[in-house]
Amino acid sequence: MKVLLSLLLLVLLLFAASLLVGPAGLGVGDSLAALFRGEGDAVVLVMREIRLPRALLGAMVGAVLGLSGAAMQGYLRNPLAEPGIIGISSSSALGAVLALQTGAAAMFPLALPLSALSGAGIAVLLILALAGPRGGAMALILAGIAISALAGALTSLVLNLSSNPFAAMEIVFWMMGSLADRSMQHVWLAAPFMVAGSALLLAMGRPLDALTLGEDAAASMGVNLTRLRWQLVIGTALAVGASVAVAGAVGFVGLVVPHLVRPLMGARPSRVLPASMLGGACMVLAADVAVRIVAPDQDLKLGVLTALIGAPFFLHLIWRLRGAEA
Amino acid sequence: MWACAKVFDLTLVLALASAAPALAEAPGRVVSINLCTDQLAMMLAAPGQLVSVSDLASEPQSSSMVRQAAGYAVNHGQAEEVFLMHPDLVLAGSYTALATVDMLRRLGIPVVQVPPANSLAEAVEQVRIVGAALGQEERAEWFATRFETSIRAARIAGPRYSAAFYHPNGYTTGSGTLADEVMGLTGFDNIAATAGVTGGGVLPLERLVMAAPEVLVTSEPYPGASRAEEVLTHPALRAVQDNAGATLHTDADWVCGTPLIMRAINGMRRAHIRLDCKDPGNWNSKMCRLDAQ
Amino acid sequence: MTLLALRDLTVRRGTCPVVDHVSLTVDEGEFVGLIGPNGAGKTTLLRGALGLLPSLGQSSLLALAPKARARAAAFLPQGREIAWPVSVETVVALGRAPHLGQGTEAVDRALTRMGLEPYRDRKATELSGGEQARVLIARALAQEAPLLLADEPVAGLDPEAQLRTMEVFADLAAEGRGVVASIHDLGLAARACTRLVLLHRGQVVADGPPRQVLSESNLADVFGVRGFHAETPDGPVFQPMGVLR
Repeated sequence: MKVLLSLLLLVLLLFAASLLVGPAGLGVGDSLAALFRGEGDAVVLVMREIRLPRALLGAMVGAVLGLSGAAMQGYLRNPLAEPGIIGISSSSALGAVLALQTGAAAMFPLALPLSALSGAGIAVLLILALAGPRGGAMALILAGIAISALAGALTSLVLNLSSNPFAAMEIVFWMMGSLADRSMQHVWLAAPFMVAGSALLLAMGRPLDALTLGEDAAASMGVNLTRLRWQLVIGTALAVGASVAVAGAVGFVGLVVPHLVRPLMGARPSRVLPASMLGGACMVLAADVAVRIVAPDQDLKLGVLTALIGAPFFLHLIWRLRGAEA
Repeated sequence: MWACAKVFDLTLVLALASAAPALAEAPGRVVSINLCTDQLAMMLAAPGQLVSVSDLASEPQSSSMVRQAAGYAVNHGQAEEVFLMHPDLVLAGSYTALATVDMLRRLGIPVVQVPPANSLAEAVEQVRIVGAALGQEERAEWFATRFETSIRAARIAGPRYSAAFYHPNGYTTGSGTLADEVMGLTGFDNIAATAGVTGGGVLPLERLVMAAPEVLVTSEPYPGASRAEEVLTHPALRAVQDNAGATLHTDADWVCGTPLIMRAINGMRRAHIRLDCKDPGNWNSKMCRLDAQ
Repeated sequence: MTLLALRDLTVRRGTCPVVDHVSLTVDEGEFVGLIGPNGAGKTTLLRGALGLLPSLGQSSLLALAPKARARAAAFLPQGREIAWPVSVETVVALGRAPHLGQGTEAVDRALTRMGLEPYRDRKATELSGGEQARVLIARALAQEAPLLLADEPVAGLDPEAQLRTMEVFADLAAEGRGVVASIHDLGLAARACTRLVLLHRGQVVADGPPRQVLSESNLADVFGVRGFHAETPDGPVFQPMGVLR
């Protein structure tokens, strides 16, 4: 409980930092006051229309990515499971790009998150089929590489075939993710899906605890494994799909965060879930503040930073698993 | 104050151009593989001298001479297809298609590379460079002189307004660029240049909002969706537009440093006049009465 | 009272029956040793009876809803999996899941019974294989269901732990609960179980007191070995002696 409260406090601090850091260099008091002021002057505009949605999305995207990572790891009992690494984010990006390029998203705004979450859902199903709980780390990673490569190639294909010259340039956005210049529209578009997905994933806590002892033990303790699987598939699809639709594929959050909070929470999946949610929000908010400090005038992609932190982590985990499996 | 500049009438210019005779030593078959050399070549080449222009020349989003381009074969800037056109001269940009240029040179084809113009003076100079390459010095001189006169006539000395370019991905144009000079010439202060952007760069949306430009020059969205262009519909940018006196769209006329840039200059001049006419003191001026009609 | 009743339980893998029309009842106070060579269908029988595999025929446990079933029977699977470095107490407390997490005394009782009190706060994954096995048994005990189904509970344990575990199971039976454990060590089974069920090719070929099930002909037909029986002051002794085939 203490850990959760500390994490919550950290989320609030980073959220405030995200509101206060930006290229426009506004004063602290002035900018916070602008959030609650009614006038339509430039500071109010910057705070309400640019920084507030950015900070909100940072917290939301981080929370669902951390939570999805923790839930997938709990279900697959594999610390390498992460939406980005195993191709769920890239499939989701493919869904989003298809919705944009077919014009469906222009006619019907919900088509964007719906298509993105369909992509994510299909990828989760594929991963479970190819590397279910008995597949082991190797099968999981290999299946993930295959799905990522395929989804990435198809995304590039769709964007290259687009009649819009900018489309081909944004492959890097979909692969790396960014929160730059998002608006409240994006917040409202993603929020309902993220809330629903998070509710499904958080409810997996106790069954995932039982699953620590394996499927047979869990089932014999009354866990409905079929229901749990669908909960994971739909929950992850909703959460990751909505996140990718508005912010692109920000990688490694779901890998790093559960790994960091697990020892603090006694490694119990049911306690790792909410902690990963808060930890994920911290990581993405911090990374998004950092990209604005490191390169205030360039749109440095968020995923660049999370990958710089995450990839060494990933190597470290593989190294440890290698020792365990040998 | 709002001296009505004598500006190129392009149709007239092009008609004149085709009438002039070609010099004897001029290359007989010219292929252009760059959008901006396409424009210059179509203006300056003698009838039959220019064989092919790039595919971009027939794309309305980037080319101001789509109709003229229809009269030429299309190339895609590939060494193989250009070689098979048996050119005596290839016109190319200096930063693009470098591999193609190298290959063509190895195959023994003369290539003239024309750098992009970063100022109006360079734009004028390039008319002469391409003219010389085509062996059409006389016609090029005539174009260049007219071009220079028009630029001088387009200068607005009146009150200066703040303006900013804002393109997909928050891309803007700062000092040391052709677009910046166009702004300066027509009585605007470029916010990006003031903010220290040199050349092309990114202006964060919140910096733009804080600067509150009086004129926003943005781009027309391309067909098909792109996330890069989403920023152009951001509520904060909308608010900037609503507060600004005018919003202009950059189009094909802005792309190249050729005499066609005069169309862009005239667009900016009109924006300036419109802002002037918001001042009640100017309402009775001849220009504002003309503008209101 | 009957704790488990199977009637004509059949589990197929493809078209091939792995468990073939098994009928069996287990009553309170019984410690049933499920014996048979590798591939006889012991694990499949236990999993089928619990509904972990689709089956034909009847199992009294299958008539119950999953939650009620979890309160009626605890299961100790063969694979000893502890996926995360959770504390011993946490693992054992998982046994209270069917009771909505209520009953910390049951956790204490199970820890004490398996001699795990000193390990309570240790990380389960850092213990030795034998200690982990005991932790998992404690988890099944904490479930405090009337019936315990255990798949190879003593495999890989050292002699002391084997004997202690068999003793715990015998005590449970003596307290009026029922235990069904698949066991490869016929000597242990003969000493501790009140009854043996001999499976061969998915069918029950013998069911009764250990001395009767471990007959010369059953040993020869099913295991292809001959054995040695003796009654000692410490109870019955059985030892496989040699291979026949």
